[in-house]
Amino acid sequence: MTSRRPHLFMSVAAILLSVVVFLVPFAFILLTAVKSRQQASLLDFSWPTRFQLVQNFVDVVQARDYMLIIAFINSTILTVASVSILVVLAAMVAFALQRRRTRWTGLINFLVLSGLIIPPAVVPTIWVLQKLGLFRTMPGLILVEVAFGLSFCILLFRAFIATIPRELDEAAIIDGAGPLRLFFRVILPLLRSVIITVVVVQSVTVFNDFVNPLYFLPGDQNATVQLTLYNFSSQYSTQYNLLFMDILLITIPPLLMFLFFNKRIVAGMTAGAIKG
Amino acid sequence: MKRSRIALSVLASATLALGACSAGSLGSSDEDSGGGKVSLSFLVDNAPETVKAAEGLAKDFTAKNPDITVKVESRPQGTEGDNIVKTRLSTSDMTDVFQYNSGSLFQALAPQKNLVDLTGEAFVGRTDDNFKTTVTAESKVYGAPFGNFFAGGIMYNKDVYTKLGLEVPKTWDAFMANNAKIKAGGVDPVIQSYGETWTSQLFVLGDYYNVEKASPGWAEKYTKNQVKYATDPVARAGFDHLQQVHDAGYVNKDFASTKLTDALRKLAKGEGAQYPILSSMITQLVTDNPGSENKIGLFAIPGTDAAKNGITVWAPSGVYIPASTTGDKLAASKKFLDFIASPEGCTSFGNASQPSGAWAVKGCTLPDSVPQAVKDLQAYVDQQASGLALEFLSPVKGPALEQICVEVGSGIRKAEPGAKLYDEDVKKQAQQLGLEGW
Amino acid sequence: MTAIVEKSSARSRTRAAGPAGGKRAKSPYPHWFYLPAAIVYGVLFVIPTVTSFYFSLTRWNMFSSKFIGFENYVTFFKEPALVSGLTHTIIYAVVTSGLKVVLGLGLAVLLTSQIIGRGYLRSVVFFPVLVSTIGVGLTFTILMDPEDGLINQSLALIGIQGPGWLTDPSYALLSVALVDVWKGVGLATLIYIAGIVSIPQEYFEAARVDGASAWQNFRSIVLPLARPATFTVILLSLIGGLRSFDLIWAMTRGGPGFTSDVIASVIYKQYQAGFYGLSTAGNVVLFLLVTAIIFPLSRFLNSKEVDL
Repeated sequence: MTSRRPHLFMSVAAILLSVVVFLVPFAFILLTAVKSRQQASLLDFSWPTRFQLVQNFVDVVQARDYMLIIAFINSTILTVASVSILVVLAAMVAFALQRRRTRWTGLINFLVLSGLIIPPAVVPTIWVLQKLGLFRTMPGLILVEVAFGLSFCILLFRAFIATIPRELDEAAIIDGAGPLRLFFRVILPLLRSVIITVVVVQSVTVFNDFVNPLYFLPGDQNATVQLTLYNFSSQYSTQYNLLFMDILLITIPPLLMFLFFNKRIVAGMTAGAIKG
Repeated sequence: MKRSRIALSVLASATLALGACSAGSLGSSDEDSGGGKVSLSFLVDNAPETVKAAEGLAKDFTAKNPDITVKVESRPQGTEGDNIVKTRLSTSDMTDVFQYNSGSLFQALAPQKNLVDLTGEAFVGRTDDNFKTTVTAESKVYGAPFGNFFAGGIMYNKDVYTKLGLEVPKTWDAFMANNAKIKAGGVDPVIQSYGETWTSQLFVLGDYYNVEKASPGWAEKYTKNQVKYATDPVARAGFDHLQQVHDAGYVNKDFASTKLTDALRKLAKGEGAQYPILSSMITQLVTDNPGSENKIGLFAIPGTDAAKNGITVWAPSGVYIPASTTGDKLAASKKFLDFIASPEGCTSFGNASQPSGAWAVKGCTLPDSVPQAVKDLQAYVDQQASGLALEFLSPVKGPALEQICVEVGSGIRKAEPGAKLYDEDVKKQAQQLGLEGW
Repeated sequence: MTAIVEKSSARSRTRAAGPAGGKRAKSPYPHWFYLPAAIVYGVLFVIPTVTSFYFSLTRWNMFSSKFIGFENYVTFFKEPALVSGLTHTIIYAVVTSGLKVVLGLGLAVLLTSQIIGRGYLRSVVFFPVLVSTIGVGLTFTILMDPEDGLINQSLALIGIQGPGWLTDPSYALLSVALVDVWKGVGLATLIYIAGIVSIPQEYFEAARVDGASAWQNFRSIVLPLARPATFTVILLSLIGGLRSFDLIWAMTRGGPGFTSDVIASVIYKQYQAGFYGLSTAGNVVLFLLVTAIIFPLSRFLNSKEVDL
């Protein structure tokens, strides 16, 4: 962007460094995942003496009555639902918050930051969910993830809405747009690249969340993918090959999603940057 | 145009996702389908051996009672699991039947309020008396035994002992003398595995039989806050021992990062000679290191008096019924417990998971094929040289003992300040329980 | 998109925080926009938090609670691990957020420049963000093993005796902080990339006409105009760092002993031990600490943002 020809030296150095720093740990996960239990328990970085890719995969999937499959379904629903709600609700708040300064602004800012700062209180939350009849239900957990994720998304949206000129709002209002139309037709589409960021980041957070499902949606039949890790790691005995196979499998969905959105991020960015 | 389509698709996906929620609870529908059939849920910890045993029990029980099916759920072990059990109990959301520790952890569940009183059930008469005390609160019995007794002692490699001509030590001095010879023989005398912190506590917790022998009734005084680890030299011995093996350089070099699995392998291969650990770990040792079942023996943590030396024993965990289980499910749950605490139950359990110590049900016997360490444990029990660990005799147990033991055993903190820190840690627990005298 | 960026760059500077149309009776930014979020947030976050303030004044064992006033706070401040936990928390937060800002910005500049394999590099830097904390923690615990770990074995090849990353009391906390940076730098980079890409291209063109060097570009265009991104990164990683415990928990459990305990892990341990009242009191203490650091900082950064 800032210069026209590629820096050859920088490129090579960056790629080499990235291999050492980022790819080797991943290779380690991959190798351990295909080892036999005995070799995996050595935990060294070595070539597998025997490849058990298929067997380990089948073992992991079949474990505990195909729990991993159920967990994948649960995690997908949880992630899609909570992130969609998050995006809309957080963008609405961020928009109103950034655009309109009233005596409430201070309080709302305070609440937003509080949400980022205060560690959630688990047991009182369970108590509230029970009163609402939402404890141990998927909608309950979805709302919990929304509540805990709002602050972060609002902050992110607010920062970017600040870069959208108010003239645009004014033009839309002069054209007779109401608040809803203004927001959904004008503002939200402009937030596309931030929305992608929020979606990627929050999906990963929710999909990888471990603590909240553990407390708010207990029970094996409700398990999310992170909870399946507990099947293979435990205090007394550890099957590292299956554990790493599990890590590998549950990393694939976020990875796929990222690869899919990655192009969009780049596309969205270049559309904004290069043509401008 | 394009923009509105994006906005629309965001909205659409949101509503779709919301609609899908109910479909998603497909996974969470566990209601039984009626027709005289009862389905029980059974929560156990996620140790592979526990899950295997629980599933074995569930299968054999259903084979005998076709109307009742049992579905096993698992939870994490350790304090995280404690929290889940407590949360689910306090929100009346527990499974129909659940497995959990006996002793002080059982007491912390407020059994009178949360569990079904089983005192009158037939299986209670078949249950071992020692075990019964560990699941009794205010003279009511609440649990059936799940599995075997096990000990906190020192597993040792018999090959190393034979090669160096050593004998099983009965006093700490004899133990240290052995260590010197083992070290001279080029083997690590004592294996420690602080990569998993809970394994650091054995020198302290496993020493309790010796403490009790030296000053009978110690546990009771301890509950009343009349004795302390820091000020009682007998009780403090456990901390001193930890410091001594470290200071003398008898510990494996990589003790700080070694994990249980590594430690068991070192022991099985003879890279280390002795490992203070729970005897139930023999099952994993044999699974991971085939062919070592008769190479590994077990002896009690040595004390000061050879004549009084004996082994500290842990009771098996219990299976309980929460107060939230009622009606048909309650009747079925009681039937299930009755099966677990019967010779048939022991057989079923033993088929699924290798027994690692004596059963807590009268009429159950161990097969002859058990590993040597289990036989060694049985010998102590037969000679009346065994007693329960402190956590079964007193509700007081501090949560930070494992970290403190790691510090003392790694030379970060000396034994005496370590013991003192533990006394402070315990105080919080006692206050939390509302005990007298704290 | 094109039109907007142009407009924005051309005019928004001249009328920074102009109150446009917000004061009319019927605002285009109605208050009910807050409502859906406020309900979810209020019910599932604010109410539980407020009740927990009450519970922090009780001895609470899940089945019953007894009011004991401020005793929990007294006990908490007597907790031996707390004082060291406090220092560890601040060290951890400063190290992680500092490194994330520096490395994130550096990587973002690198990854927005003409470089071979840019797509690959962007993906690979972001990759750790996708792996769950437990997975990362577990993997690095093994890689950082003092004897068999890949890191120390590689160091041994070039003749360096690596330290016990997680087992040496003086390195444990910093090692976890480094892994935290490894896992989190992708996110910081992403925020920076978004910030840098939104800088109007004409600034760079103007600079090119003036014959500015790459360093000058960076100093006088990227650094000041990516400032909102910097603030976001600082705030997020500082808060994350102060509150963080899941990675610490996955890797060292606060060990060896108590040498990598942060306040959040002390609280968590008390929570796990069943000291719910005590742990809730700890929550309140942590909350106050973070507030005391973050709120003034955020106010300061926000004021800077308006000046821009």
